[in-house]
Amino acid sequence: MPIRLPTTSLRTAGQAVRGARPASVVGGITFARGKATLPDLSYDYGALEPFISGKIMELHHKGHHQTYVNGLNSALEAIADAKAKGNDMQAAAVAPLLNFHGGGHTNHTLFWENLAPNNKGGGGEPEGSLKGAIEKDFGSFATLKKQVNTALAGIQGSGWVWLALDKTAGTLQVITRPNQDPVIGNMIPLLGIDAWEHAYYLQYQNRKAEYFENIWNVVNWKTVAKRLEKAA
Amino acid sequence: MPYTLPKLPYAYDALEPSISKQIMELHHSKHHQTYITNLNKALETSATALSQGNLADHAAQLSAIRFNGGGHINHSLFWQNLCPASSADAKPETAAPTLHAAIASTWGSLDKFKAAFTAELLGIQGSGWGWLVKEKGTGLLRIVTLANQEAVVVGDTPILGVDMWEHAYYLQYLNGKAAYVENIWKIINWKTCEARFVGGRDDAFVALKANM
Ligand SMILES: [Fe+2]
Ligand SMILES: [Fe+2]
Repeated sequence: MPIRLPTTSLRTAGQAVRGARPASVVGGITFARGKATLPDLSYDYGALEPFISGKIMELHHKGHHQTYVNGLNSALEAIADAKAKGNDMQAAAVAPLLNFHGGGHTNHTLFWENLAPNNKGGGGEPEGSLKGAIEKDFGSFATLKKQVNTALAGIQGSGWVWLALDKTAGTLQVITRPNQDPVIGNMIPLLGIDAWEHAYYLQYQNRKAEYFENIWNVVNWKTVAKRLEKAA
Repeated sequence: MPYTLPKLPYAYDALEPSISKQIMELHHSKHHQTYITNLNKALETSATALSQGNLADHAAQLSAIRFNGGGHINHSLFWQNLCPASSADAKPETAAPTLHAAIASTWGSLDKFKAAFTAELLGIQGSGWGWLVKEKGTGLLRIVTLANQEAVVVGDTPILGVDMWEHAYYLQYLNGKAAYVENIWKIINWKTCEARFVGGRDDAFVALKANM
């Protein structure tokens, strides 16, 4: 049974960061007037408890994700300035920051959407054509879970593990990305799990294996299935 | 012979308020211990494979040895270059006269060095460490950042290391890592840094050798 906490104040704080102007949505990433903005969560900060604490969710969304959004906008501005001055080299020098903060914004946006509380479809097992694809490429859902958890445990530092569609091969794969490197190219991200320490430390400290075990209880398989449908 | 966890030269709560007791206890008894446990495991597996002429299984352990070995080396150096703020060793002018002068001649002043080092630490993208090192050959001071648990192991002498993994500060500072870096300047063991600078690589790694 999911534990439901009164999180009204947290939710209010979460909404306060939404841009006042209508935002456009491109590939799940929110922009307002050409600037990246922090997307709202579709559930309360406390809604993923007891698997992910409300405190973690609030800091992760309002603190960490916001920092990536700010860093992305600064990087984009720096590039625009350099281009306006015709200084290509100066623009190119911003690439690492663009990759890091742009990746951080994209990854977290995908992450929030592929999580959900139990009463909004989180947990359980994949169904339909997603289930079929998983069984075809991994043998079983249990094997996929095991592969993902092994990949998560094997990250040396900060990073993400993704279930992705390899568009060229047409198969599902478990892939690891260091730091905030985004999943790009012919790999389409379907399900992402944040393995940075900030994603679990306040609740799990050094017991990261428990976090990796528990997060399956709040995976939004409908989102994952939708992403696969769109990509296929 | 397996590696063992080195004892801290101070109590878990001795670095408060810069670093909380809870962080120090978890960081030392859990995180550092895990690097040692996994290092010993990887070394044993690779040695067994090698003795059986199995190069593939031996090579498969090298990444784990590098990562966990680096984790053990880095943390061993880190504990030694910290001390309580009240200690005489925390005063750079008196505890590290030679190093202090070299820093001033390199960066202009200790404050300018701190600002430069701080900027490097805060610019790390992901987990990693910042080090003040004495460069091999030239003997010059340099600031380097290393990702994850890469260690200062080739040539250069590590003088001062700061752990920028989130586990090093998160329970106390949350997403405010700038405050962690600001406060860690109060608990630098400049006497240790001086000994590493004046001596050499062997002096820097002395605490590590004592725990083999
Ligand atoms: Fe994150
Ligand atoms: Fe550490």
